Amino acid sequence: MDTTVAPTGTEGQTWGGGSNPLKASYGKMMMWFFILSDALTFSGFLAAYGFSRFKYIEEWPIADEVFNHFPFMHGTDAPMFYVALMTFILIGSSVTMVLAVDAGHHMNKKKVSFYLLLTVIGGLIFVGSQAWEWKNFINGEYGAVKTKGGRILQFTDAEGERVALNSFVTVGERPVQALNNSEGIWYQSDDPIGATYTIDEVRKSFAANPDLRIRTQQLVVNQETGASEKLVLSREESLFKLNNQAIGVVEGANLSENEYGAPLFADFFFFITGFHGFHVFSGVVFNLIIFFNVLLGTYERRGSYEMVEKVGLYWHFVDLVWVFVFTFFYLV
Amino acid sequence: MADHAAHTDGHAEHKLEIFRGLVKFKSNTQKIWGVLIFLSLVTIVEVALGYIKPDSLNAHFLGLKLLNWIFIILTIVKAYYITWDFMHMRDEVSGLRRAVVWTGVFLIVYLIAILLFEGEYIYQVYKNAAVSFDF
Repeated sequence: MDTTVAPTGTEGQTWGGGSNPLKASYGKMMMWFFILSDALTFSGFLAAYGFSRFKYIEEWPIADEVFNHFPFMHGTDAPMFYVALMTFILIGSSVTMVLAVDAGHHMNKKKVSFYLLLTVIGGLIFVGSQAWEWKNFINGEYGAVKTKGGRILQFTDAEGERVALNSFVTVGERPVQALNNSEGIWYQSDDPIGATYTIDEVRKSFAANPDLRIRTQQLVVNQETGASEKLVLSREESLFKLNNQAIGVVEGANLSENEYGAPLFADFFFFITGFHGFHVFSGVVFNLIIFFNVLLGTYERRGSYEMVEKVGLYWHFVDLVWVFVFTFFYLV
Repeated sequence: MADHAAHTDGHAEHKLEIFRGLVKFKSNTQKIWGVLIFLSLVTIVEVALGYIKPDSLNAHFLGLKLLNWIFIILTIVKAYYITWDFMHMRDEVSGLRRAVVWTGVFLIVYLIAILLFEGEYIYQVYKNAAVSFDF
């Protein structure tokens, strides 16, 4: 080796090596650059979300109508409060993490482990909340009808209040009894065999209820308030649309259809919150590993709690991403 | 490793001022709680605005509603304090800070601007097309 390295004449100077111009250890610096690249990944997803939203600006669901559940308050319309609570949980766990880092600087083993434990608990509550949010989204609330062109038609009463399918559709005879998952190897849950309601039943029940109207995806600006609202059709237009253009019933949301609006909304929701949830989950795993290392005294012996700081950076990044997800999925 | 940490662990010193020196905390722990209170206030304002949706903020500015601009600005404010105080970017040297922040901000702004213009353009194409896409 000696023969291949020529002296450069920069030994002991800035470019001669051995100095730390960024005043950060290798591990911490690489954590920062990993976070930078991960931030670009998330921005790619969110920018794609923005692109699709601008492309399907009319079919895009109104977030307040999609995410309006709160635990133990069934049936009440509580838009955003639950996600706001989730935001506070995650910011709270960020605070316990930074307190753990601070305790690490003071070499206080007891405090580091206590705050790390709180952080792990906060993270687990957050992931659980996200699962609950997914459950509500997948199950749906009102149900809708889709047209040949892939648009969603929703139902309202004469005042424009949303009406759920199960409150007006009469379920008729089923010529074939569908088997479900536990009874058959191959089964089909799609319309018309396994569906709760068929499109004909919806048509008949709609015709029998003169109060009902159809709300389309089309956005109209309310001249008084300046707010954008979805267009509610007149009774005649509603009947025409339902009888001539509707082809199927949509309940809840999955990767191919979505009772709230554009199917892409559901795809992005599952993908981005799922990817973020995976980050939270892996953050919890890292925190747990660090937590046990602290208990075992690994960092005490090493003389530095810098590992807590590095994992802390990752954990804060997860919080940082959530701040943006919160804004672009729930607020804007 | 220990040698390394001793070298670079300059964290005995934290910069304890936020809001350009308007608020100065006595200790790092106190600063953490202060920033938590600030972030919570911003979140509460966001949720309140999102719940009330004041009619006066429905006016459009540069393609977005004023309300949405407020949300985006408040989000960036929150992101700043999470990065600067929770991730201690405030205590890092400017070289590291710029390498991370400027790179990210430049690429993200660039990407978002291009994609949003393109999305809006495609929407207009569909909307004004000779064939109706609503059937």
